[in-house]
Amino acid sequence: MKFKYIIQLVSLVLLVILFACQKQTDTKEHYICPMRCEEHKTYDQPGTCPVCKMDLVKVSSIEEPVVDEDGISDKSIFNLTSEWKTQNNETIHLNDLKGKVMVVVMIYTSCEAACPRLVADMRNIYAKVDNPDVDFLLVSIDPEKDTPEKLKAYAREEHLVGEQWILLQGGMDDVREFSNVLSMKYKKISPIDFSHTNIISVFDKNGVLHYQQEGLGVSNDKLVEEVKKLSN
Amino acid sequence: MKYIIACLFLFSLSLTGISQTPTALKQIKGGTLAPLYGLDSGKVWVDDFQLDEFAVTNQQYLDFVEKYPEWQKSKVKSIFADGNYLVDWQGDLQLGKGMNSNSPITNVSWFAAKAYCACQDKRLPSVDEWELAAKASESNPNAEYDSLFNQRIIESYETPNTYAKTVGSTYKNFWGVSDMHGLVWEWTSDFNSVLISGESRQDGDADRNLFCAGAAITASNLRDYAAFMRYAFRGSIKADYNIRNLGFRCAKSK
Repeated sequence: MKFKYIIQLVSLVLLVILFACQKQTDTKEHYICPMRCEEHKTYDQPGTCPVCKMDLVKVSSIEEPVVDEDGISDKSIFNLTSEWKTQNNETIHLNDLKGKVMVVVMIYTSCEAACPRLVADMRNIYAKVDNPDVDFLLVSIDPEKDTPEKLKAYAREEHLVGEQWILLQGGMDDVREFSNVLSMKYKKISPIDFSHTNIISVFDKNGVLHYQQEGLGVSNDKLVEEVKKLSN
Repeated sequence: MKYIIACLFLFSLSLTGISQTPTALKQIKGGTLAPLYGLDSGKVWVDDFQLDEFAVTNQQYLDFVEKYPEWQKSKVKSIFADGNYLVDWQGDLQLGKGMNSNSPITNVSWFAAKAYCACQDKRLPSVDEWELAAKASESNPNAEYDSLFNQRIIESYETPNTYAKTVGSTYKNFWGVSDMHGLVWEWTSDFNSVLISGESRQDGDADRNLFCAGAAITASNLRDYAAFMRYAFRGSIKADYNIRNLGFRCAKSK
């Protein structure tokens, strides 16, 4: 008789636990538009975004970036394993740059139209941010011509002095991959010229893309503000 | 570097006969190509190269993710593929319901396609290479001005759900390469060299040739409406996108 009660009690407890668990998973998940059409608005049920009609995704799947054994986020550019040469002819990997906020632009040194303005923008941002914990990266889209020596000369010419300025030469494939991470486009249109999109990107200390400024001659204020926020 | 080591490992495995036979490469004779637009000089030289006979299939991709778990649906890093990666698969190692294992793999990102080819000791073809190989009809290595051939391509673009067909089910071209048109659209190594997108319209030197009829008269071949569509498509996608009618095949330098 006593045994039966125990069995009943145990099964009751189990049942309660079962339901408790179920309830927890039910209430925990929220859904959000992957394009953030409605900013941070979330839904309790899966469905489609009323603005862009895309399927809603679980908030948990986007807001907690997965971090692997090395502590690198899933979205980090430090997942790229490519090798690069600096203007000082040192070989580096992107994750050697971990721990600092990075402002990144892709240019080529023989460029006469857009790049000088992009580089001027970079100098401008450098002056406004004024923080030794921020790196400024210039990645060449013309690695065949832009050797470390050439990059070094370019840095001098353009007054990009100090350890915070890093100019990189990479393999053709690696540069293409890098441009794809930035959603930056470029094409060689003649032996000396490229057409390219003008984008300055901001990465946080873990290599996750945070902000991009597109176009020439736009105000830097928002970008500078983002950099300051990230580097504090 | 990790991938290279992993690839070497696979290579040694393949020697022991575990891996499936890879897709045969077909020789493509190089030549000049007038890319649709965007070059100062108008023509570009394409070297001889080799191209996969077929697009990579679902089954081949499944074998790939079995060997490289980092490319499995649940494990892929979000920097390399957005949420639609292998969206129809039922699990990491299970194709979707009703999926034909010999249909071309789609819903894969550029990063994934690139990694797949690297692991076969191949690479993605460039836009120019792909276009050179694709302009061959069954009998002619350059069918650019063959209006029937062009008409057929356009019609294939209008046909829905061609991604569910089996590879090799359309036509084999002059080079012995199948399905360049009519099955799926394909990733190319430098697809992002096509400068049309939201942001490029603001940029000084972006290419508007594909947008406006006025500028389009500078394109190299006005009849090639299908090429306009392909270039416009390339210009509109990003490397982490995974699209239902976008697959890939690999190439190799000669």
